[in-house]
Amino acid sequence: MNIFKFIGNRLFQGIVVLIGLSLVIFIIARVVPGDPARLALGSTATAEQVAEFRSKMGLDKPFYIQYWLWLQHAVHGDLGISLVTRRPVAEDILQFFPATFELCLMSLIFEGIFGILLGTIAGRFANSWADNAVRLFSYIGVVTPPFVFGILFMLFFGYLLHWLPSIGQLSPNIVGPPRITGLIVLDSLLTGNFLAAKDAFLHLLLPSLSLAMGGIAQDARITRASIVDNSGKDFINALKSCGVPNMFIMFKYLLKPSLIPTVSMMGLSFAYTFSNAFLIETIYGWPGMSRYGMNAILNKDLNAIIGVVMVLGIIFVTVNLLVDIIIAYLDPRIRLRTQ
Amino acid sequence: MLNQKIKMYSNSSRFPFENLKRSWYKFSRNPLSILGLGLLFIIILSALFAPWIAPYPQHAGKFIDLKERFQPPSTSHLCGTDSMGRDILTRILFGYRISLLLGVVVLSISVPIGVTIGMVAGYCKGTVIETICMRITDIFLSVPPLILAMAVASVLRPNLQNSMLAISLTWWPWYSRLIYGVVSGTRNEFFVQSAEIIGASKVHIMVRELFPQTISTLFTKVTLDMGYAILTGASLSFVGLGAQPPTPDLGTMVSEGSKFLPEQWWMSVFPALAIVLVILAFNLVGDGLRDLFSLERV
Amino acid sequence: MEPLLELKDLCISYKIYEGRMKVIDKVTLTVLPGEKIGIVGESGCGKTTTMKSILRILPPNGRVDSGQAFFKGKDLLKISDTDMQRIRGNGISMIFQDPTAALDPVFTVGDQLIAVIRYGSKVPINRREARTRAIAALKEAQMPDPERIMSNYPVQLSGGMRQRVCIAMALATEPELLIADEPTTSLDVTIQDQVLRLLHSLVERRKTSVIFITHNLGVVRVIADKVNVMYAGTIVESGHTQEIFTNPLHPYTVDLLAAMPRLSGGGLEERVPGRIPDYLNPPLGCRFQPRCTKAQLRCSLEKPKLVEAKPGHFVACFLEAGNE
Repeated sequence: MNIFKFIGNRLFQGIVVLIGLSLVIFIIARVVPGDPARLALGSTATAEQVAEFRSKMGLDKPFYIQYWLWLQHAVHGDLGISLVTRRPVAEDILQFFPATFELCLMSLIFEGIFGILLGTIAGRFANSWADNAVRLFSYIGVVTPPFVFGILFMLFFGYLLHWLPSIGQLSPNIVGPPRITGLIVLDSLLTGNFLAAKDAFLHLLLPSLSLAMGGIAQDARITRASIVDNSGKDFINALKSCGVPNMFIMFKYLLKPSLIPTVSMMGLSFAYTFSNAFLIETIYGWPGMSRYGMNAILNKDLNAIIGVVMVLGIIFVTVNLLVDIIIAYLDPRIRLRTQ
Repeated sequence: MLNQKIKMYSNSSRFPFENLKRSWYKFSRNPLSILGLGLLFIIILSALFAPWIAPYPQHAGKFIDLKERFQPPSTSHLCGTDSMGRDILTRILFGYRISLLLGVVVLSISVPIGVTIGMVAGYCKGTVIETICMRITDIFLSVPPLILAMAVASVLRPNLQNSMLAISLTWWPWYSRLIYGVVSGTRNEFFVQSAEIIGASKVHIMVRELFPQTISTLFTKVTLDMGYAILTGASLSFVGLGAQPPTPDLGTMVSEGSKFLPEQWWMSVFPALAIVLVILAFNLVGDGLRDLFSLERV
Repeated sequence: MEPLLELKDLCISYKIYEGRMKVIDKVTLTVLPGEKIGIVGESGCGKTTTMKSILRILPPNGRVDSGQAFFKGKDLLKISDTDMQRIRGNGISMIFQDPTAALDPVFTVGDQLIAVIRYGSKVPINRREARTRAIAALKEAQMPDPERIMSNYPVQLSGGMRQRVCIAMALATEPELLIADEPTTSLDVTIQDQVLRLLHSLVERRKTSVIFITHNLGVVRVIADKVNVMYAGTIVESGHTQEIFTNPLHPYTVDLLAAMPRLSGGGLEERVPGRIPDYLNPPLGCRFQPRCTKAQLRCSLEKPKLVEAKPGHFVACFLEAGNE
């Protein structure tokens, strides 16, 4: 019964934050020096065409009316028309979002698997050569920006060794699957097109790995610290001294409490993954939201910019909420604190 | 009389700078921290003295020599040349000037703002002021800094000053949240309450009692953040929202260089490594500081 | 009678940044079957370290430098890990000082109890049987509504209840030797008595040997048959409880008893002056010598051995027992 109150509370907070965010972005966007209508139509358009465009797009109304209108539409899923593509922003985002999502999801999976694995090994064998190797690797991973990894991986694995493809989502000679979820690997698997699935997966590897490196390093560090910290705690000693075997303790009683800070961190960094994805997509020519977002930014396509920022904000809030729920599930101290 | 009393109750013994010598000794025991400090010195000095130590200082600005373009690394051009024939090493050194400037400016703006808001919110716990401050902070935190910075920078003319402004705008909430955490934790401790009882003003309490508590955490974070602010700046210029060509900005150089991958790999790899180096330096020093302050507390 | 546990000249050190801390310096101790002995000493004198070394759960920077720890004839410090794990639980088990820290916060009490019973008992037990035994153990530990407690998390229980769970856990595997490390120190004064009584009745019934660690002399007097007084990593005096309390021989024991607050007044003002020595550079001779009011020259040069001054009464002091 407390869970629902908890979720409800967080949801409410999230919505408040999102509304505030939209307001902030709207305000900032309206501080624009420069005329978005003019920009959209180019310098050859006449003044009347610009004026007509401006009134059609509602750009001449006062700020608060524009915001209110926008808000009304947004709640119904209508994010306005993109000044660049002339299509509904919502449609644009729906088209480009899955690719970015696929990238970030794969990156998260890598992060989880490798980060926790390395961190556990380092923590279990603390101060051994394995531990030192993981710590060194983590350090490098933390200080190196994802786009540097992107460039290096592409050079090394793509061109030097020719192991993996580096541009785009699919090789030009492969026929892609019909669009079900928009996640190409998933869609290929769902329709039984294993050739495409394999090809898409290979294309996915380098960019998602570049994206994941920072997270892997971060998670390994935290997991290691957490395991080392918990290993010395009395509850481990108590279980040991009452005869529970070491392996059992390690994989159950030590692992679960140690993963709590890691999961927390993973959730937090998921949003950063999205922003780093922008740069990775540019390097690898990945057809995701980044290209769309970049264009929007460079052309001052206000509706699109706001749309993209809001989508990211929603993702952030949702992920935070999910992480909070997962942690409340993992750590009974949090959900039972009210008792 | 009152001042003396306040000094008596002031918890200044936790002020780490009183033991500067001892702090330095502890800091210097960690070889990695010394490495970081050394790297930092080299980078800062190179940036400061770039016009005098760079091999081809005139390449830092507008310069075209099409005969020399796309030269791989050699003895005359240690990092090769770019598409305009400019020496990349020189441009990296000058690029460091911009990066360091950006870091300093961004933090000089965002830290005071964030700290003040966080401090006020933490001290006025349970009041409307706190709610307002922290809600605003949450709003700005709900979007990753890079995205917000890009969005802000996108509506302004793309240049270095505006990118610094944009990043500052997105950076302050982290300090606000950090300081809020520290202050709201120590706010009810004895030394604060005794200062209140004596009748010290709110401002005095915040500045003389609470602020020193935050200094060690703050110092560590600022050092680490220098690296990340520089990274964000480079990311912004990577997408074209920072310093414009021909200004030698590290991010712009990586972006330009990435167009010529893989053949002219040196155009993007060396500036990228330069970015990594400066982040590494600040991280090593920041980690050393963190270890230093955590030991101090114990 | 064959001793159940026999510690001989145990030396333990910890490695820290500044060097090696030689904490335990030649500890010798015996526990007979069915016997309840107490170890008293101030914080930092190494009581917990010694016990942890017996169970081989010292932290990674701890190391047994020399000595032996015989349990039913086998040297625990030399046997394999598998054999040691078999002994833990049904041979020796331990109760820790802070019950909050001694239970895994993210698992239910029942989960941990069942795990201990399944793996720590002499023969492996299946889950259902273990669950029945767990509930029985909780009932025996005077827990109200044991079924519900099984599905509770540690955070939902009070301090006293948590400690009862730990006691139930430690005794559920029917150990021959129970080590209780200050089991009531972190509990409310009002609960302490209850828990002590519980412990006492449980071990009486099972005839378990107990090593009871505490810095509270009053508790020791009630619970223990024999007392070992520990100071700075050595046993300085050992003997029957009554004898130690009426005729303390070692200067430290004398001071300790004098510093005990009494209903009849006195004791509250006096402390044992001084502090425990620096383990990094421990004194060459007797470790108590820097604080001893009766110290002589010999005390700072030679270490006194534990010698039988009177029948059953051992002391490590040149003053009291010649020590050639």
